[in-house]
This record gives sequence, C-alpha cells and structure tokens, in this order.
Amino acid sequence: MIRRLAFALFLFLSALPAHAVNPDEVLADPKLEARAREISSHLRCLVCQNQSIDDSNAELARDLRLLVRERLKSGASDQQVYDYLVSRYGEFVLLKPRLSEHTLFLWGAPALLALIGVMGLGFFAASRNGRRKAVALTEEEKARLQAILKE
Amino acid sequence: MIIEFGLYALVLSLATAIVLSVLPIIGARRGDANLMAVAPVAALGQFVLVTIAFGVLMHAHLVSDFSVANVWQNSHSLIPTLYKVSGVWGNHEGSMMLWLLILSLFSALVAIFGGNLPATLRANVLAVQGWISAAFILFIVLTSNPFLRIMPPPPEGRDLNPVLQDVGLAIHPPLLYLGYVGFSVCFSFAVAALMEGRIDAAWARWVRPWALAAWTFLTAGIAMGSYWAYYELGWGGWWFWDPVENASFMPWLAGTALLHSALVMEKREALKIWTVLLAILTFSLSLLGTFLVRSGVLTSVHAFASDPSRGVFILAILVIFIGGALTLFALRAGSLTAGGLFAPVSREGALVLNNLILTVSTATVLIGTLYPMALESLTGEKISVGAPFFNLTFGLLMLPLLLAVPFGPLLAWKRADLLGAAQRLFFAVAAGFVIAIAIWYLENGGPVLAVLGMALAFYLMVGALTDLWLRGGFGKVPFATALRRLAGLPRSAIGTAFAHFGLGVSVLGIIAVSAFQTENVLEMKPGQTVEAGGYVLKFEGMQRGQGPNFTEDRGTFSLSKGGTSLGPISSSKRVYMARQMPTTEAGIRTFGASQFYVALGDVMPDGGIVVRVWWKPFIVCIWFGALIMMFGGFISLSDRRLRVGAPSRRAKKAAAPALEAAE
Repeated sequence: MIRRLAFALFLFLSALPAHAVNPDEVLADPKLEARAREISSHLRCLVCQNQSIDDSNAELARDLRLLVRERLKSGASDQQVYDYLVSRYGEFVLLKPRLSEHTLFLWGAPALLALIGVMGLGFFAASRNGRRKAVALTEEEKARLQAILKE
Repeated sequence: MIIEFGLYALVLSLATAIVLSVLPIIGARRGDANLMAVAPVAALGQFVLVTIAFGVLMHAHLVSDFSVANVWQNSHSLIPTLYKVSGVWGNHEGSMMLWLLILSLFSALVAIFGGNLPATLRANVLAVQGWISAAFILFIVLTSNPFLRIMPPPPEGRDLNPVLQDVGLAIHPPLLYLGYVGFSVCFSFAVAALMEGRIDAAWARWVRPWALAAWTFLTAGIAMGSYWAYYELGWGGWWFWDPVENASFMPWLAGTALLHSALVMEKREALKIWTVLLAILTFSLSLLGTFLVRSGVLTSVHAFASDPSRGVFILAILVIFIGGALTLFALRAGSLTAGGLFAPVSREGALVLNNLILTVSTATVLIGTLYPMALESLTGEKISVGAPFFNLTFGLLMLPLLLAVPFGPLLAWKRADLLGAAQRLFFAVAAGFVIAIAIWYLENGGPVLAVLGMALAFYLMVGALTDLWLRGGFGKVPFATALRRLAGLPRSAIGTAFAHFGLGVSVLGIIAVSAFQTENVLEMKPGQTVEAGGYVLKFEGMQRGQGPNFTEDRGTFSLSKGGTSLGPISSSKRVYMARQMPTTEAGIRTFGASQFYVALGDVMPDGGIVVRVWWKPFIVCIWFGALIMMFGGFISLSDRRLRVGAPSRRAKKAAAPALEAAE
C-alpha cells in the first residue's frame, strides 16, 4: 500500500513541473513575505518526497503556503505559525525537528560523537605517552650509551 | 537468441566469480602458487563475461527489442540514440548491471596491475572482489534479471522517464558508480590485509591510488548530479539533502577521510588500524547507499520502481559484508601494531582532526538520513529531517574543518609550529577579507555574514596557494628558481593544493549564491520586461514546438544589459508523448561565474504566464570548484612516487587507466 502510494506520489510529483510560489500568493508587505518564505522553507510538503512547501508545486503545498501567509497577516509570530501547523499536521511537517525526548539523540549525536572522538584520541595519546615513557632510556642506559659512543 | 546469450554470459560470470571467491584463498592459505594464479585469470574472465552480458543488454536497447521486458518498460523507438544508450542504466535492472560491470572492471584492473603485489595479498584481494561480485550477480539473476522476455512482443516501448532523458544520465551514473564501486578495492585490500594479519606502510601505498581514483570519480559524479538536478528540476536548487543525495555524499565524506588517513599511514606508519577501519566503512556506506536507493526504502527519482524482495536481498548482502568485515576487524585489529609517534600539533595531528570532523559529519548525515525511519519503526512517531537540519548541523561541523584546511599542508610531520604556520597564513586571511569586502560592496551589500563566509572561501584559496608559494620559495630565491622548484614538487603536493583550492572555490559559490541570489516570481505578457542582477529580461512570446518524442511550449525571452542586446534565452514546458508527462526546461545563460536562470510556470487565465527569474551570482563556482578538486585528484594520481620505486610498479598503472577512463 505504502509502496503504491509512494509510486503514485512519484508519478504525481514528476508529472508536475516544479514551481513553487505563484505571484498571486505573494504578500504585499515585503518583510512579511520574507518571513513567509523563510517559514515555508522549513515546512514539509506532506505529500511530496523531502520537499519544502516553498519548493513544491503540489496543491497541498499551495494551501499550506496560503495558510502560513494568512496566519502571518493576522499578526502571528513565526513560532505561533509553526505551533499552529504542528497542531494540525503533527511534527512530521517540520523539516527541522524540534528538540524533544525523541529527537534528543538526533540533535545530540554530532556533539556526542565529536566528544567521544576527542576523548578517544586523548585516551589513545595518553596511553601512547605512557608507553613512550616506558621505552625511554633510563639514566643508567644513557650513561652506558655515552660510554659506548665514546669508545 | 542473442538475449539468451547475454543471460548465459551472466550466469557463467557467476560461476567464474564463485571460482574466484574460493580457489585463490585456499591457494593463499596453503601457499599454492597454482591456485593463487587462478585469481587474475578468473577476474579477467568474469570481466569479459559481464561485459558481454552488458553489451547484449545495450544492443537490445539500441535496436529497441521490445520483446525484452526491460527495454519495453524503459525505452521507446523514437528517443534519440544517446538516450537509448543511457537508458540502459536508467532503470533498476540496468543500473545494477552497470554497478556489476564497474565492479568487474575494478577486479580486472587489480588483476592486470597487481603484478608486484605480494602473491598472497593479490590472491586474497581478488577473492574478496569475487565475493562481492558473486553476491551482486546472484542478486541480479534472482531478483533483477534484465533479460526477461515478454510474449508476444509489444509494438512500442513505454519510454524512458522524461526527467532522465538528458545527457546527464549518460554521465552522472557511470561517474558516480566508478566512485562508489571503486572503494570496493579499498575494502578488499582491508579485508585481505586483516585475513593475513599483516599491514604496513606499503599497504597504504598500494591502497592510496585506488582510494584517490575512486574519490576523484565520486567527486565528479556528485558534482555532475548536482548540476543536473539544478538545470533539470527547474527550481534552481543545487543540493536538497535528499536521502539519495546523502547516500552518495556519505561515501564521499568517508572516502575523503580515508585519503587523508592513508597519507599518514604511508608516510608515518601511524593510524593503521583506523585506516583499515575507514576503508571498510567507506565501501560499507557505498553498499548502504545502494541498499537505500535500490530497496525502495527511500522513494525518489532515483528509486525507479522498487520491490521489497530486492530490498531484503540487498539488506542480506549488506549485513553479510559489513558485519563480516567488521567482525574480522574486531578479531584482528588488536594484532596490528601501532606505528609512528607524533605530537598533537603536527601534520599527523591536522590529519587526525580532518578525520575526526569528517567522520562525525558522515555520522551526522547518516543519523539524519535514517532517523525518521528508525523512529517510526520504534515508536510509530513520524518526523521529518530535512535541509534545515543538515544545513545547520553539517555547516557547524564544516566550519572548523575549513578553517584548518590551509594549516594542514604547512605543518611539519611529527611536531610542528602552529604559530609559525599561522603567521605564514596571515596573508591568506587578510587577502580573504579584502576580496570578500570588495565583492560584498560590488553586490550592493547583503548579509554581513556573507563577508565572513566569502573571506573563508578566499582564505581557503589563497591558503592553498600559500603552500605552493612557500614550497617554491617565491620571494626568497630568484623567480626562475622558484618556478623550477615548483615544477619539481611532488605531484601529490600540487594535487593537494589544487584540491584545497577547489574546495575554496566551491565554498565561494555556495556562500555567494546563498547570500546574493535574487528571485523574482511574476506574471508576464509579451513585451513586458523584468530586471535581475543588472540584466533586463524581455518576454518575446510563446511558440509551439515539436521534438522527436515530445511537444513543447517554448517561451522566448531576450536579455540585455545597459541597452546592449545579449541575445535570446528560452525556457519551455514539454509534454512527453509516450507517458503524457510534462517537464520544465529551464533557460540558463552564464555570465562569468554567474547565471541567469528562467523557468516557466503556469499560464494564467488572462493570457499571461508565470515566470520565475533568478540571478545566481557565482553559482558556477560550486561545480567548477569540484572540477578543480577532481583535477587535483588526477594530478596526485600521476605522482611519480606512485609510479617509480619498489612497491609502486602496480600503482603507476593504477593511475593510468583512471586517466584513460576520464578522457
């Protein structure tokens, strides 16, 4: 079922030349429009594959773009627009997931991995240094070496 | 009849691959030179057989033999010959055949040019290549047979997906696969070395040309794919963090790390265990990418039609090869001895930092790509991880790496002087800022962050040149002497400088187009004009047109600047007849490194048409930078240290075919 749906979507997607925002959607206030574009690029076109509503030509994307602009015109903040869309369509609509219990690992992974890497390197270097000290010549050996070299 | 012959050849190649998988290993174990000598013969035989099978499939496409299901589904008698050829791999079965052909090609190259590898190593490497080949031939024969017939033969084919009817399809997949699959050689070398339990600097020297060749092709393949998406999809984007793009980007990141760590291993015998692990991981990511794209777990333009049984099969291949290699690694890594010592601030240290950041970036892309799938199967919760996530996390990770890049080549091996290197890079930093501010001024302002970004880009470029400047001794010795010194530098040093310079060029393109691009969406009627990037675009009108297998509505525009006419530019909307599928062909004109991009939208009720006009400053730099990186790769491949000397007779030849293939 999902496969068939996906395939249908694929056909649907490729059947439509990709145009996003149409002139009739553009808000008169350039500041508001810029905010609308920024928000749109962070919202997923729910029927597309990994496209933002700003890039997509799907009907639904257009509806969402109009919805975003309507909300902005009525004075909502960016955050309020996102919240409203999440309340209607779920977290799935956000292309940049919010930090939550379930996305903790996603957001934390880069820092965590970098930390593990640095610690691993530190550990490795420390053990290397330990070994290096162990193989360094003792005073006695140095003296002998000097003696040999003088011969 | 000829089709069945192709299938026989394919099945025979399976038998050959199985022989290749078994006999040489037994030979290497027993020290039996005769059994080991089977390896090159079997590898060459397998390559010949796979080439025959591939040739038969291509012939079927060329003569439009619609009795073959694969041809019927993906070709049409009217499409131009170029698309008949490239259509061979514009579908699942054919693309797997191309994958296999290139895998066999690499095995054959190792067989031909591996003459002075230790006999057991060569036998084991080829045997591992044999395992991979056998698994993929089995996959093709059992789940993706391209030679299936249909009776009665349909009179006409169903056409190649119009999005794929482009010269890009002829270039992008072969280059990409040369890169993807090229890393199989590094994987095989790693597994063979682990089986023998012996690994040294010579191993790194043997592996490095293969890694370099694969990386070079992958760079070209990804850049080509990006440019293709840019002009074909018609909305001016060049990178979408699409899961399929990520699938090709991850082996590139890991492969870049591998190139750098292999350098440390070759020169200083350090990072051995890590390099072996990276060689395994890089090809594992190639396999993972193949799985993600081919299984239909991810649906996208690249997935063609997908089938779960195929997914399970590739997943099994994935688990066996990655799992097996990592198990072997876990068992044997302990027995590998550690190599040379170095201080944290040294060339080695810089390369370790490179590896750390590249590995974390690879992991970040991997986690971001798979996270939604994993979360949904674990909790049922659906989330999206898209471009904004990757831009933020990946961008932050790249920043320290890019800052460090010019330092690397300036630091000495073992122990280096960071302050000294910083002083020598002072000019690069200053030049970066001066040029960036100048461009910022010329582009009439823009975000202040753009200055920092562009300063970074120019710092990378000038930093790369600084290395050459210092090595040549320019300013200290007479100019002619410096030039002679420069010419006498090892090719790998020059290649490095080119690759790092190219990276700067790409960064410049990315920053400039993100900061200064202008977009204009408007409804136009004939005679109307619009201005972008200082150019004036005038809409002349619409014409109907007819191509070999499509009809189109072509919008003609004329472009001028300051009253001087710069000629026409046109964008069209096509409908491909066989599939009744519309596409948009963008109109693109290049001025220096910048582009003017026009795409047609919908026709409005009042007769006007929606037109999207972009001015994309410096955008060509993104791909041009990749070309420079690729060029650096080829220069480095021609390094005489890879051509002359005891362990390198083989490496010399490894470089030669890579160059031939590029022509």
